[in-house]
Amino acid sequence: MAEEEKVIEELTTEEALTDPLYVPEPVEGATEHVRSFPAAPQFQEKLGYPGERPENWQEVALAKMDELRGKFRSFRLFLDICVKCGACTDKCHYYMGTADPKNMPVARQDLLRSVYRRYFTLPGKWFPDLVGARELTEDVLDEWYTYYFQCSECRRCSVFCPYGIDTAEITMAAREILDSVGYGMKYTNEIIGKVFDIGNNLGLPKPALASTLEDLEEEIEDDTGVKVRLPLDEPADVLLVTPSADFFAEPHIDGLIGYAKVFHALGEKWTLSSYASEAANFAMFIGSYENMRRIALRIRKAAIDLGVKRIIIGECGHAWRAAYQFLNTLAGPFDFLDPKYPVPQHICEYTWEAIQAGKLRFNKEENDFYKVTFHDSCNVSRASRMGNYPGGQFDIPRNIIKAVCNHYYDMPEGTIKEATLCCGGGGGLLTDDLMEIRKKGGSPRMKALKQASEEYGVNKMAAICAICKTQFSKIMPYYGYGMDDIMSVHQLVSNAIVLPGSEQEAELDGTDENEATEAAE
Amino acid sequence: MITTLYALLYYAATIIFVVGIAYRVWGYWKTPQPANIVTTPAPVTRTGVVWRMFKEVAFFESLWKSNKWIWIFAMMFHLSLWLIIVRHLRYFIDPVWTVVVLAQPFGKYAGFFFVLGGLGLLFRRFVVARVRYISAPSDYLMILMFIGIGLSGLLMTFVNKTDIVAVKAFFRGLMTFNWQPLPADLPVLVHLGLVAVFLIVFPFSKLLHAPGVFFSPTRNMVDNPREKYRPVPWLPPVSEVTFDPPHGSKQS
Ligand code: SF4
Ligand code: SF4
Repeated sequence: MAEEEKVIEELTTEEALTDPLYVPEPVEGATEHVRSFPAAPQFQEKLGYPGERPENWQEVALAKMDELRGKFRSFRLFLDICVKCGACTDKCHYYMGTADPKNMPVARQDLLRSVYRRYFTLPGKWFPDLVGARELTEDVLDEWYTYYFQCSECRRCSVFCPYGIDTAEITMAAREILDSVGYGMKYTNEIIGKVFDIGNNLGLPKPALASTLEDLEEEIEDDTGVKVRLPLDEPADVLLVTPSADFFAEPHIDGLIGYAKVFHALGEKWTLSSYASEAANFAMFIGSYENMRRIALRIRKAAIDLGVKRIIIGECGHAWRAAYQFLNTLAGPFDFLDPKYPVPQHICEYTWEAIQAGKLRFNKEENDFYKVTFHDSCNVSRASRMGNYPGGQFDIPRNIIKAVCNHYYDMPEGTIKEATLCCGGGGGLLTDDLMEIRKKGGSPRMKALKQASEEYGVNKMAAICAICKTQFSKIMPYYGYGMDDIMSVHQLVSNAIVLPGSEQEAELDGTDENEATEAAE
Repeated sequence: MITTLYALLYYAATIIFVVGIAYRVWGYWKTPQPANIVTTPAPVTRTGVVWRMFKEVAFFESLWKSNKWIWIFAMMFHLSLWLIIVRHLRYFIDPVWTVVVLAQPFGKYAGFFFVLGGLGLLFRRFVVARVRYISAPSDYLMILMFIGIGLSGLLMTFVNKTDIVAVKAFFRGLMTFNWQPLPADLPVLVHLGLVAVFLIVFPFSKLLHAPGVFFSPTRNMVDNPREKYRPVPWLPPVSEVTFDPPHGSKQS
C-alpha cells in the first residue's frame, strides 16, 4: 500500500527515530484502520445509553450536540473560536507517532466542528463548502469513533493553543454523542459497568481484595520483619482510594506496599474501602458527568461510612484529575471531613510532607542500582496541582524521588512538566485493540527516555499513574527496555524506607550481630 | 448613489457587528462551565489569573511557547491592527483625542507591518502541509480580506491620496444622520467595502476569537477546585441523589 510506504518513509529517518519532538509530514489515512471494538448493548444500557443505534440517530446526535453546547461553555466556545493558526498541529504525540493528519489536534476538533457548522451556524448552512462544513453521515460517525478514540485527552494541545482550546473537551463531547446513539467503546464502558457492579475496574470482589491485602502484609513482614497492616473497611482517620491496578499489577503493587509502609512509619490510622475500591473514573474519558458522578459518589459514601477525617488518592493520573478537579464538584461538599486538609489529597503530598518534617528515615543506597527519571503524567501535569503553589505537581514527586534515590535525571526539556508527552495509553485507549496506536503514540516519550539513557545512563523511569505504568510495561520492550524498567514512585520509597524495628534498621544501626562483627573487623 | 449605498451598507454592517457579537458573547456568558477545567500549572488567585490573561492577550504567551514563526507574524498583524484602529478613530471623533494624534505617525506605517504579517500567515497556510490540511477556503479568504483592507488603505494614504476630510465628513454624517457625499475613488470604495464585509462576517466566524479568548475556561479560571466548592448547575444536589446500592461489600 502506498500509504504504508509513505508512513514508513516519514517515520524511519534517522531524525524521526531519535528526536522525541520530531514532526512528520502528514500522510492521509495513516491510522484510519486502527479501531477499537464497540461496546455490546448490555454494557451500553448499564450506563444509561441506548444499546442499539436508533432509527433517527442523526436527530439524536444533533440534539445531543445542542444539549452539550448549552451545558458546557468550553464546548460551545471552542467550537467557535479556533482560528486554524496551526500552532497545535505538531503537538499531539499521536500525530507525531502516526503522521495521520486527523490526529493533529485542530483536525481532530474539525471532525466534529465541521458538522456543528453545518447544522448550527449560518455560514455552514448557506455555504458549507466555503467554511468546511459537512453533513452528519454514517461515514462521519465512523470517523468520529475512529479518531476520537485515538486521543488520550492529555491536554498537551491545550497548553500550546493561544486560546487554550482543549481538544480533550471536544473528544469527551464527541464520545458522549457517540454513546447517545449507542456507539460506545467496549473497553471503557465495560469497565465502568464493572465499577457499578463490583466496585472497581478489575472486578475484584471483596474476598479477593482481602486476601490480596493479607498476602501483601505477609510479604512485607518477610522483607522487613515488621508487621505492616493494609486495613480494609476499618474505621480510620484516612481513607486511601487507589486505582485497583495497585492490588494486582506490576509495578503498581509495589507502590501500594510503599504507601502502606509510609502510613505505618507515621503511625497513621488508615483504611482501604471495598466499596470505593477504585480511584479511576473512566466516565471522565467518555465525558459523562452523570456516570462520573455515580462513581465519585462511592468515595463520598465510603468516607461517610468509615467515619474518616481525610481522603487520600493513590498514584494515578486521570484518577487524580477526577479527584482534584471533579470530586468536590460532583460529590461535594465534603464539610464532614477535617477542614485542616484539602479534599482530596494526593499520596505524594502526604509522603512529601512527612519527609519534610523529617518523620521518615531512608537508606538511599537501596536504590543505587537505579538511575531514575520521572515521567510526568498528563493529567497530573496539566489538570491538577499538588501542594499550594502552581507547579507543585512537578516538584513534589521529583523531591520524593530525590529523597530516596541518589541518581535522578530529567528527560529533555520540552518533553517534561507542562509539555510532558503522554504514555500513549491514556484517555481510555489502554486496550489491546488499540495496540498499534499505543505503540506509536508512546514513541515520542520513548525517544525522550532513550536520550536520557544515552546522556546519563538512565535505566529506570518512575511514574505516578496506573495507566502509564501498565502502558509502559507493555510498550517498553518494543523500544529496547525491560518491562520492569517502569517503576512506581512509592516503589522507590518502599525500597529505601527504613521502618522502625525492621531488619533494615538493625542492619544500618549495626545492632545486627553479623553486621556488627563485620564492621569491627 | 454610491453614497447612499455605502451609507446603508455601514448602518447594516454596524448593526450586524454589534448585535451579532453581543448575541454570541451572551451565549458564552450564560452557558455554565460546570467544572473547573483550568489548564495547569495555573494561578491560584484572581490577580494571578488577570496577569495570565494579560500575558495571553497582550503577548500571546502560549503561542510564543508553541511556534515562533506564527508568533512573529501574529504579533506583527495584531499590534499593527491595534495601532491602525486607534489611528482611524480620528475619522469618527471631533476634536481628535491626543492619544489618537500621537498614534497617527505610527499608525500610518503600521499598515505595512499589517500587510506583511498577513502575508506571512497566508504564506504559512500555503507552504506548511499541516496548516494547509486544516485550512478551509474561508480561512484563505479571511486573510486575503485583511490584506486587501491593508493594501487599499496604504494606497489611499501613500499613493493615490484621498480627500480624507471628505471621508471624515461622510462618517460624521452617518453618525449624526446628516449624510455627506463619499469621495468615489476606487481605493476608498474597496477599502470601505472590505471593512464592511469584515464587520458583517465577524459575529459568524472565527473572528470571535477576539472576545472569545476572555471566556476560555482553560485560561480564565483560578486553580482552586479543592478550596472552592462549585456544584454542577444542571445536576441535582448531592443531598437529593441516591447512592448506588452497595455491591459485594458489607457496608450498610
Ligand atoms: S492552536 Fe488553537 S486556535 Fe490554533 S489551530 Fe490549534 S486549536 Fe485552533
Ligand atoms: S488531548 Fe492530547 S491526545 Fe488529544 S489531541 Fe490533544 S494532544 Fe492529542
